[in-house]
Amino acid sequence: MVLNKKKNNKQKEKPAANNPKISRESEKNKKTKTEKALTFITWATIFLTWYIVTKLGIFTPTLLPGPARVWNAFLRILENGYNGVPLWLHLGASFKRLFVALFFAIFTAVPLGLLSGYFDKVEAVIDSVVEFYRPLPPLAYYTLLVLWFGIDDTSKQILLFLAGFAPIYIACVSAVRKLNQDFVLSARSLGAAQKDVFFKIVLPASLPEIFTGIRTAFGVAYTTLVSSEMVAATSGIGWMVLDASNFLKSDVIFVGIIIMGITGVIIDAGLRFLERKIIFWKGHV
Amino acid sequence: MSAQSNKESLIKIENMSLEYGESINSTLALKNISLEINKGEFICVLGPSGCGKSSLLKCIAGYVKPTAGRVLMQGKEVDGPDWHRGVVFQSPTLYPWMTVNENVEFGPKMRDLPKAEIKEIRDFFLDEVNLSGFGENYTFELSGGMKQRVAIARVLANYPQVVLMDEPFGALDALTRENMQNLIRNIWKENNTTIFFITHDVDEALLLANRVVVMSKQPGEIIKIFNVDFTNQIFEKGTKEVIYNEDYFEVKNEIMDIIHSQID
Repeated sequence: MVLNKKKNNKQKEKPAANNPKISRESEKNKKTKTEKALTFITWATIFLTWYIVTKLGIFTPTLLPGPARVWNAFLRILENGYNGVPLWLHLGASFKRLFVALFFAIFTAVPLGLLSGYFDKVEAVIDSVVEFYRPLPPLAYYTLLVLWFGIDDTSKQILLFLAGFAPIYIACVSAVRKLNQDFVLSARSLGAAQKDVFFKIVLPASLPEIFTGIRTAFGVAYTTLVSSEMVAATSGIGWMVLDASNFLKSDVIFVGIIIMGITGVIIDAGLRFLERKIIFWKGHV
Repeated sequence: MSAQSNKESLIKIENMSLEYGESINSTLALKNISLEINKGEFICVLGPSGCGKSSLLKCIAGYVKPTAGRVLMQGKEVDGPDWHRGVVFQSPTLYPWMTVNENVEFGPKMRDLPKAEIKEIRDFFLDEVNLSGFGENYTFELSGGMKQRVAIARVLANYPQVVLMDEPFGALDALTRENMQNLIRNIWKENNTTIFFITHDVDEALLLANRVVVMSKQPGEIIKIFNVDFTNQIFEKGTKEVIYNEDYFEVKNEIMDIIHSQID
């Protein structure tokens, strides 16, 4: 066959516009004005109730500190740190544990999960172990990890790694299972070898579920992190809250909880932003 | 270039049967199919839904192994899918994470062709399906007909020995379908492609094929094969007026009668 073709005898219908301006952004994720307003009103109500309840003096400030007290405590901690350690060092200590653990969880759970979905034999080896330890409360075996790996960061990172591994692994297995088989078949018919099918088709097609798994893993790991810091640590945002509760500094407890909540929301927003950039085609499969 | 003058056998199906499922609960999908596909032919397979047309295509593609008999391609038994037999699915399986260009380049890239050649092939076939200028778009930005044209270009880019199409225009609206039929006829004529095309639309089969294979209901057997020439007449005259001829009606009625007798 030659690349030259006869132009005659051929009715060509050119598309009307050669470069259609079709938006690549999906409309689904955008919130309308009403929804934004509703979210805002919800939070305004929460803060207002909090303010009124403290103003009425139903509880003592030790039980329920008012917004002003908490704000002042926040400014104090920002300026002087907690226990002489600056706030950002506490946050940094927590996030270092979190991100080191999640980094290793992603780089082991994704390949193992995809392989498990792809090859039943790999699944037979890994799956039952994951299923066994996944429902265990992390703190149940944390003591063992502390005994084996010491009280420092290593034991915490291993704990968070285990907590984050399971959701990512399970998401990857299910992603491969749910894969549109025609994607694989068409790739094979186009000449793709097993290896190419895996990296060029299975991996990208699984990305949406992998991301959902990572977001779940982050949530689980973050909860586990704070609990582990409450068990054994001398730094970190979770430790700060525990230490404050020992001395009944409820304003500091509030500051700690609010900071944890906000950082959690920020990190999840960051992950969702990444997801939109990387998996711009999500929902179009 | 005419399909009839060329009788080189490409695919030979010998006494093939296909059974799904285990012993007691098994269903016989295909029974004793023998068919020869010659180079440059445009074969359309017609039959009531559920008659095993798609199973036949899957056996030829190498997705499914026949229970009995065999499929030979140029004398060698088909063992798994490969790029010599391109497949166009009913709903286009374009990869949404790739642009139109990358989708069309996928086959040649997998075969490690030189970069310049890949680009040349890609541009040629995008032009062939009238989609030059859409290369940088993502596939979900295209309409159904455009997607199916990308899928066709992607398969053709490998220069497969035979293109297997499973009701490729079934999901398209009537107008788009007619354009697609003209397009695929022109591609077949100009590139001397061999096409194995499954449809449930009698007119579509008669307007495209030079051989129409009519199958029975389950278990699918070949009832009759019609040699027709309407596609060449349409190609030469550039109009579809043959469909008003007496002989078109005769063939169409005969096929309709066979299919209706199967549905009862």
